[in-house]
Amino acid sequence: MTAAVATDLREQAAETFAKLGWPTTRLEAWRYTNLAPLQKIAWRTDDAPQAIESPATFAGRAALELVFVNGRLVSTSGDLKLAAPAEVRIADWERNAMVALNTANMQDGARLEIPAGMVVDGFLSLLFIGNGDPSTSLGTGSIWSHPRNQIVVGANAQVAIVETYVGSGSYFTNTVTEIVAGESAVVDHYKLQCESISAYHVASIFIRQERAASVTSRSIAIGGTLARTETNVSLAGEGANVVLDGLFVGTATQHLDNLTAVDHVNPHCESVQLYKGILDGNARGIFDGRIIVRPGAQKTVSRQTNRNLLLSETAIVDSKPNLEIHNDDVKCNHGSTIGQIDDQQLFYLQSRGIAADEARNLLVYAFASEIVDRMKIEPVREQIRRALFQAMPERLPERRAEGRGQRAEGEA
Amino acid sequence: MLEIKNLHAGIEGKEILLGLDLVIRPGEVHAIMGPNGSGKSTLANVLAGRPKYEVLSGSVTFEGKDLLEMPTEERAREGVFLAMQYPVEIPGVNNIYFLKAALNAMRKHRGEEELDAMEFLQLAREKMKVVELDESFMNRGVNEGFSGGEKKRNEIFQMAVLDPKLAILDETDSGLDIDALRIVAEGVNTLRSEAHSVLVITHYQRLLRYLVPDFVHVLANGRIVKSGGKELAEELEQKGYDWVDQEVA
Repeated sequence: MTAAVATDLREQAAETFAKLGWPTTRLEAWRYTNLAPLQKIAWRTDDAPQAIESPATFAGRAALELVFVNGRLVSTSGDLKLAAPAEVRIADWERNAMVALNTANMQDGARLEIPAGMVVDGFLSLLFIGNGDPSTSLGTGSIWSHPRNQIVVGANAQVAIVETYVGSGSYFTNTVTEIVAGESAVVDHYKLQCESISAYHVASIFIRQERAASVTSRSIAIGGTLARTETNVSLAGEGANVVLDGLFVGTATQHLDNLTAVDHVNPHCESVQLYKGILDGNARGIFDGRIIVRPGAQKTVSRQTNRNLLLSETAIVDSKPNLEIHNDDVKCNHGSTIGQIDDQQLFYLQSRGIAADEARNLLVYAFASEIVDRMKIEPVREQIRRALFQAMPERLPERRAEGRGQRAEGEA
Repeated sequence: MLEIKNLHAGIEGKEILLGLDLVIRPGEVHAIMGPNGSGKSTLANVLAGRPKYEVLSGSVTFEGKDLLEMPTEERAREGVFLAMQYPVEIPGVNNIYFLKAALNAMRKHRGEEELDAMEFLQLAREKMKVVELDESFMNRGVNEGFSGGEKKRNEIFQMAVLDPKLAILDETDSGLDIDALRIVAEGVNTLRSEAHSVLVITHYQRLLRYLVPDFVHVLANGRIVKSGGKELAEELEQKGYDWVDQEVA
């Protein structure tokens, strides 16, 4: 699983990054997110990290778990054996500066191939632990990491992949994940961003779907002082479908940027997106959702929804749908809402004897539940619930032992 | 149990109730009938404490306590229940979880032991039968995707579980077919006892055929203009509300 990347690719990518420079807010895709604090740091990579125990581990429950510390593989567990795929190059390092930076400094990551027809029982867990400077600010010698995941799912294969990012102290994670879903493959992808509250996190996800491939990618953003996740999907084969779910939960002064870009290249593809934001304190959340429908992509169906809940007067959300349609034969719709707790719902709960605070908390939890409850892996749902309660304990209902999901609990 | 004196109330600066008086004693079922715009729903919402409704003057006491001073949840805990005209959908809040939290909030308020999950489920199953709601509804979000009739039956189900001293039904009959109407009325009838009172707010007489009131009041222009026994409802049905207007004038 060690990076076996040609030195000349690293060099080319380094040159490209030098040319492109750090993204600035002058770029449309980076309009709301300023990486200036990262540019002046003399970064170092941690080449010999210590193994760290993390409560975020799925070991024992995952078919395979790879644990990385500061970008380096430190342990592997589980019975599943998978080989590395042949070369994967779908991440656009030539135009995307952060991908170029990752490519130039590429460390370890999951490089796995699910052979054609294989149905993986259970799920793959990729756990990335950042072990940074205990001080809350970055400085000379701060650690950055550049994990690179490349997962190829063969024709008719099925797999669930869970990427988890956690850590302590201040550090910068710049991760890239490439997923190729072969013909009629089924992929259930999760990205749980629960980084340290003083960490910086930039993730670039690239998904390419062949004919009739079915992918669900769910992005949860709870941690980080500044975090950005970009999910790029190319519906390259006819009849492919993708579901993109997102939940970003920001408190204090967190900045959580979410960008999706779905490219409908061929006919009869479907994309459905639901991103939800909950923002408290002085936090800022961004949803930038791009959909491109190419001239050849007839019978495209595309739905994009972004709903946001603001819990304070000073929280901010920017919602920016961006549809580019070069074809008449499509069904596309998008909608976005920004609101507070619904008064009618609040009154209803109170009228049944539930105290105002508790009722408000139930409604915040319910808002997040829509995304969490439809996840298919119970340990993942539980992990996210735990992270939510840690992130905003005073905004969520008192936890009780029993499940409160809308659906019956059960393993996918 | 409930005593309303010279109540003036309204919404968004508009005065709708113009001096309403009403006394409900334990065990009584009262019906308030009236044309649209007479203030029926305003009364229901003021009693339950819905925000935006303002009380301008007058008093409401419930078992000797000032009801208007209490926040909404405390009114519920004291035993006032409003079956709403338009029950709201709350996706993500599980029906059964919500109702258990509500019941336990009330039990705690009364100094009783909270019910555990098993005890609660047993109670809920028993009450569900009364309103002929399928158990599958319990694991959905509150009212989520329910039909109009199912929402109303869910209101009555909640009422049956929470066992309020005073149940206020705000046009619970509107939009119900005859079967649903019968189920709702039966649900309320099972609650009737010497300790429980009911206030039925309705435009039509038809619910009152199944849920026979002890007293009928006619609300017009923000006041109760006529009171009588159950025969008043039939008279209204035959002669229409114009008849009352003329009589009062």
